[in-house]
Parts: sequence; C-alpha cells; structure tokens
Amino acid sequence: MDLSTRESATSPAGAPAPAQRAGLAWLRPWMRVKVYVGGLIVLLLVVVGTGAPVLAPHDPNAQQLRATLQAPQWLGGAHFLGTDNLGRDVLSRIIYGARVSLLVAFAVVTISGFVGVTLGAVSGYFGGKVDFVIQKLVEVMWAFPPLLLAITILAFLGQGLFNLILALVAQRWIQYCRVVRGQALSLKTRDFVTATRALGASDGIIIRRHILPNLMQISMVIGTFAMASAIISEASLSFLGLGVPPQIPTWGTMLADGRIYISTAWWLALFPGLCIFLTVLGINLLGDALRDILDPRLKRTGAGM
Amino acid sequence: MTAYLVRRLVGTIPVFLLITLLVFLLLHAAPGDPASLLLSDNTSGADVAEARQRWGLDRPVYIQYLKFFTAAVTGDLGKSFRFAQPVSDLIAARLPATIELAAFSILIAITLAVPLGVWAGAKPNSWMDNLGTSFGLFGISMPNFWLGIMLILLFAGNFHILPSAGRSTYGVAGSRETGFYLLESMLQGNWTAVKDALLHMAMPALALGANMIGILMRVTRSAVLEVMHEEYVVTARAKGMAEQQVLWRHVLSNALIPIVTVVGLELGTLLSGSIIVETVFAWPGMGSLLIMGVTSRDYPLVMGLVMMYTAAFVTINLVIDALYGFIDPRIRY
Repeated sequence: MDLSTRESATSPAGAPAPAQRAGLAWLRPWMRVKVYVGGLIVLLLVVVGTGAPVLAPHDPNAQQLRATLQAPQWLGGAHFLGTDNLGRDVLSRIIYGARVSLLVAFAVVTISGFVGVTLGAVSGYFGGKVDFVIQKLVEVMWAFPPLLLAITILAFLGQGLFNLILALVAQRWIQYCRVVRGQALSLKTRDFVTATRALGASDGIIIRRHILPNLMQISMVIGTFAMASAIISEASLSFLGLGVPPQIPTWGTMLADGRIYISTAWWLALFPGLCIFLTVLGINLLGDALRDILDPRLKRTGAGM
Repeated sequence: MTAYLVRRLVGTIPVFLLITLLVFLLLHAAPGDPASLLLSDNTSGADVAEARQRWGLDRPVYIQYLKFFTAAVTGDLGKSFRFAQPVSDLIAARLPATIELAAFSILIAITLAVPLGVWAGAKPNSWMDNLGTSFGLFGISMPNFWLGIMLILLFAGNFHILPSAGRSTYGVAGSRETGFYLLESMLQGNWTAVKDALLHMAMPALALGANMIGILMRVTRSAVLEVMHEEYVVTARAKGMAEQQVLWRHVLSNALIPIVTVVGLELGTLLSGSIIVETVFAWPGMGSLLIMGVTSRDYPLVMGLVMMYTAAFVTINLVIDALYGFIDPRIRY
C-alpha cells in the first residue's frame, strides 16, 4: 500500500489543500502574484455582481434621450464611462452586467459539475453497460464543436436565462465526466475501497463516502477553468443575440450594441469587452495556481484549457 | 493502421446517427408545432393543416425522422425558407470562405505560437519565458469577438490601413470560380487580388487565431520542457551539435505529439469561434450564414449547417488520429 492510498484511506473526507495548511508563503513568487491578482479580480466580480443595486450610480435601463452617446467623463461628470445610444449609463450597465455573468457562470459550473462528476463516478465505478451508455452520450455531445451545441439549442428553444444555462451545461459536464471517470476507474481498485466493500458497504455508500471526496480537488480545478469558459460563452451568445433577453444588461449585449457605434463611440465597445477579458484572465490566473497547488499532474493533460 | 482507421470510421457512423437524431428532436422540442414555427404567423388553420400533410408532420415521429435522415444522407438537406434555395447549395457557396479563413488562422497561430513556445520552454523562467507565458495567458483569456472589434477600431477606424468587413474590395478580384479567393488569385498570379484578399483576411484571422496562439504556445512550452532533459537531447549536445539544431531537430520533433493533439482539439474551438468572428467581420462564410438562419428561424438551414459543422469536426478528429502514426512511428494501432 503506497502512501497516497493510506492517506485516502485515513481521511476519506478529503485532505485539506496544502495551501490552507501552510499559507501561500511556500509558493513561488510568480505563483503568488497569480493568486493575488486572480483572487482580487474574482473577489471584485463577486462584490460588484452581488452589490450591483447599491453600487450602480444610475438605473441601468434608465434612458436619457437628451444625453445619448456621451464620451466618458471620468470623475468630472455624472457618467463616469459615458452613455450609450439611448443615454443609458455605461458604468451602471457594466455593474449590472457583472451580475448576469456571475450568475450564469456560477449556475453553469455548479450544475455541470454535479452532473459530470456524478455520471463520471457512476460510469467509472460500475463499468459495463452503464459505462457504455454514458460514454456514448459523451461521444455524441463531444462531436459538436464547442458553442455550436449551445447555439443549436438556443436556436430551437429560444432565448432566456434558463435556456442559456441549459445550453451551456449541455456540453460543459463532459469535461468533468471524462476526468472523473478515469479517476474513478483507478480509485475503485484501491485497497481502501476493497476494504470498505469487504466490510459490507453498499455501492452507493462507497461512491458517496469514498470515491467522490477523492475527486473533489480535481473537480475544483476543472470547475475554475469551466467558469472562465462559461463567462466567455455567455458573452459570445449574448453578443450573437441568443443569450438573455435584451432588456437585461450583459457585457455581451453591450458589446453587440457598441459594435454598431464603433466609428463614433469607442467607449461602448471598449469597456464591456475589457471587463470580460479581465474577468476571464483573473479566473485563469487563479485556475493556473490552483492546478499547480492541488494537482501538479493535471498540468500535462491540459485539462480545462 | 488502415484497419484501425476503418474501425474508427465505422465507429463514427452511430455517433453521427445520434447527432442527426438529437438535432431532429430539438426541432420537435421547440415550443409549438414545427408547422406553425415553419410558417409565418398569419397563415390560417387550414393552411397549417395542409402544410403538416405536405411536410409529413402528420406521420409518426419515427417515420419523419427516417425520412429526414435518408434525405440528409443523399445530400438533400431541404430548402431554406429565407433564401428559397436548396440548403446544400447555400452551404457549398459559403464553405470555401470559412475554410480559407480557418486555414489562414491556423497558419498564423502555428507560425507564431510554436517558435514562442520552443524559446520559452528552452529557457524556463527567463524573461523570454515570462513574456511568452503572459502572452499565452492573454491569448487564452481574450474573447475573440472583442479582439475583433478592437482591431477594427484600431486598424480600420484609426489608422485606415485594413478593411473592416468582407472578403474583397469591389472590382478587384478576377475570376472566383472556386470560392477560394486567395488560393485562386495565387494560382493565377493575380498579385493585386492576392494582396487584397490577404488584407481582408488579416484581422479576422488574427481575432480567430488568438485563443489558439495562447493555448498552442503553452502546450509547446510544456512539451519542450519535458523533452529537454531526455537522454537523446543530452547526447545530441554532447556530440557538439549546435543548440539551435538540437532544439529544432531533436526537441521539437519529439514534442510534436501533444502539439498536434492540441491543434486538433482546438480546431473545434476554432470552428465555433469562426461563427462569431465571421459575424463581427461580415465574412461571407458558414458561420454568418448560421447566425442569419438562427435569427430568421430558418430551421432547414440551421439543421443543415449544424450537421455540416459536426461532420467537419468528426472528420478532423479522425484525421488527427491518423496523423499520430506519421509523426511518431512508434505508435501502432
């Protein structure tokens, strides 16, 4: 029995991440920068997203038709980042847009994580017919170029928050499922699982209490990168006019509107896009660091990239 | 090898069957009856009933599916509502534009990312490495449609050096029989048209390729890092081989497997990215056609294009699998 097996056997609830044990001081300096910058950006997104009604200086949908397409006034005026073609405050819309990005990304990652990890664990643990059916499903979903499946679903079901989340989950659970299946395949042959089974534990208990906890770290890493890709996908679909209904401000729809006024109002396209870019950059930075901390082995497989 | 490929080819048939079934079921899952969806809002009840009968919608679902499927495999994808032309003709007319754009993007991505990755991997933690890695991270995090808009803002809006939309300037290109503007102009030696096509392609190709540049750079770097300490590399150095030759001959050729894998995987992302980038740059390819179809609820067109995209993606994956055997003779199937 090797060391890692004994560890898993003694702490089935999942060992605490090394980062929690030793702080961040042991990390390489560059990695620490990644954690701080990434963490700051993600924290900012969460704060801005949840506190939007308090933080936004204006109603994001209030139109001022006498003050349309005003350039950013920075600290000198009422509209920090200017106004759009209907005189709506760009900053307020960006703040409310963070909310949609956060909500969609969080929902997509949680749901697809739940579905993917469950199916992956079941598929790897039981094998046989169950495995065959699940893996065929994975193969079919995987045959769609990313985003095309989402576009297809939204094209037929119509736009809306629920459909958008469904469309994004439809393919994102696969990543979890594939990695988790592989892990479950190797976990089920480990001594601590055999021992538990010898003690008379049922399959359900073995999966829930002994297999799943050992899959948490790897799922967290996949989840971080899935979050980054969910934010880009949501923005892409909203940009194409397939995402949430137009009355809800999102970064993607703002960009689509801004593109029309590109020759006269540069700020309409610059700022929402910058927000998407920085958010995704922050999450990717955090994901890189998390992957190196939690599971250096993943580095080679390029999961989530 | 051949046996393996045949087995893989046969294996894709059920997958493709299930895809057509999924797309077909999605059409039926759409809110409302397909007949009322496919007709305009102000048709009378009798017209809807007549249309249901004409399109076979009054038959059982499995018969409808089998009919749809047999038509699809013989190349009959139905008729577009909006353009009133066979879907297969519409796709054929737009396919070259998408292929040309995607190919050019991949070319840009490989020529930029592989050398960057090799340099970064050869000297880990140097300034070159840090610069390359940051560059890679930027590429990965960049939403391609925003990059496209920013490029338009800069190079078309500010400097006026690149065209912001379309594939060619009116009246420049000579013959365009095949739809491959760049290739055709090159073969004819029409250099004005070649330059024009390249200028039009520069921004969309860069916007489309940015993600691939980032990912490819990172993968090349880590693949090179891994190979750098292999014994044959040490031997090559010990023989007195020049460092550049060691890098490009021994290191890169052994690092190719992960690089090719990623190029293959990323082609799918590139295909879906092209849908958005084509929309941004009004590029007359399959992607902008798909979005037109989606916004005008042109279901036969959407279904045809979705099947075209998935078929392309499945084929690409097959080709990549076949490539492994050529790159690494040790791989046997």
